[in-house]
Amino acid sequence: MRVLIPSPLRSYTRQAWVQARGATVGEVLADLERQYPGIRFRMIDEQERMRRHVRFFVNDRQTFDLAQPLAETDELLIVQALSGG
Amino acid sequence: MTTKNIKAAKTAARSASPKASNRGKAPAAARARAATGTKPAGAGRHTRRAARAPAAGRVVLLVATRKGAWLFHGDAARRNWRADGPHFLGHIVHHLVLDPRNGRTLLAAAKTGHLGPTVFRSTDFGKTWKEAKQPPAFTRKADGSGRSVDHTFWLTPGHASQPGVWYAGTSPQGLFRSDDDGLTWTGASPINDDPQYIAWMGTVQDGTPNGPKLHSIIVDPRDPQHIYFGMSGGGVHESTDGGRTFRTLIDGLEVVEGFPAGDPTFSDPHCIRLCPSNPDRLYQQNHCGIYRLDRPSTTWTRIGRAMPKKVGDIGFNMTVHPRDADTCWVLPMDGQTVWPRTSPDGKPAVYVTRNGGRTWQRQDNGFPAQQAWWTVKRQAMSADAHDPLGLYFGTSQGELWASRDEGAKWRCIVRHLPEIYAVEAAELR
Repeated sequence: MRVLIPSPLRSYTRQAWVQARGATVGEVLADLERQYPGIRFRMIDEQERMRRHVRFFVNDRQTFDLAQPLAETDELLIVQALSGG
Repeated sequence: MTTKNIKAAKTAARSASPKASNRGKAPAAARARAATGTKPAGAGRHTRRAARAPAAGRVVLLVATRKGAWLFHGDAARRNWRADGPHFLGHIVHHLVLDPRNGRTLLAAAKTGHLGPTVFRSTDFGKTWKEAKQPPAFTRKADGSGRSVDHTFWLTPGHASQPGVWYAGTSPQGLFRSDDDGLTWTGASPINDDPQYIAWMGTVQDGTPNGPKLHSIIVDPRDPQHIYFGMSGGGVHESTDGGRTFRTLIDGLEVVEGFPAGDPTFSDPHCIRLCPSNPDRLYQQNHCGIYRLDRPSTTWTRIGRAMPKKVGDIGFNMTVHPRDADTCWVLPMDGQTVWPRTSPDGKPAVYVTRNGGRTWQRQDNGFPAQQAWWTVKRQAMSADAHDPLGLYFGTSQGELWASRDEGAKWRCIVRHLPEIYAVEAAELR
């Protein structure tokens, strides 16, 4: 499926849209980690919690559940909730 | 008492406490020695033994800031500095350290405001950087009680006999180790999951405004198994078995009024340094004063009481002389009332002792005479190993200051950087 990478993480992917496989949000992130080592820990902490300023949207609906099922036709949008100075 | 209430009470106590307001008074003998310039009996017995030769190579200043990192390469005279940076523009870089064992490996502790923390590594002086495969991270707890590293705060190269070993201190407090030159990191001690230590560490509200820290990781140059560290808050701790077990080392350290001094929860070391020329001597800038510890004693002595009353002995950093264990420098901050953490009275000064803290001399030649409200953080002052020694510090206002003569004269060498978190003076081979 297509995954939109936010600009702070494009140092890993070198492009905005990438392809990744997985039946859940968590599996797609695991596939991203396989392709771009280090990228997952910048988004998900060691307790499997989404980091505070990272947001995930499946198609246009926000999700906080790494186990959320995905279809191959879905799009995963990863967004930085920028704030502060 | 909840942690929130403890925090409020501590703040109130700081405001009300004459100890917290840093009104130490020098003993009469110390004042007399300061006036005459004489040394007390016994002073200097630790000094100038087995001291390494002064460095002669070029100095590079490794500057970590809230918005990236810079390397400033000095010329042979340490007069002109060439900027190399920014590296990681926009990243919060807490520490940038060169491995003195190989003169080649640079590690940077970095995160952004929105992404998780990591460690970057370079072996070509910053031309290229590679991210750690496994940055410091706590053990996962299935019940949801586990902690998460917010940022790596402190980096310490391991013992000379253990090339490739590094230690890292994190926020919240954790001690980590790499055995492969910074590529992968694992917990360095059971303290990361020890209920007693976690209780001493407190909550986010008990730490610094930028989060609680494990810092000042020191490896005894005589023994890789002998390790010290400090926690803000959480006290000073020592291991003699390479980190498997630790014991507290807080006797003699004062805490804010009204709290038990023997409880590490309330002990707040800001920066601890070991003297390379005498590894049995440690100096410490604490939340409540300046201290010295001469091992095997386990009781710290508050040497900051000899500081001028109007200046006090509150601050964040501590810088020791590489060849003279009687000499160290501090940069006092205003710790009165609401803790402005700025130069006292808006008049910046470094203070040096050359007799183990019995007397202190003011060094402000070159600094603004007034209306300069600097803040200098605990990692933001450093010394090179030349003779005469060079001193360097960075302010939270983004200025980098240098002295080529052990603090006698100062010059601003860089302006307009982001908020400076750390300055390390590294020697090039």
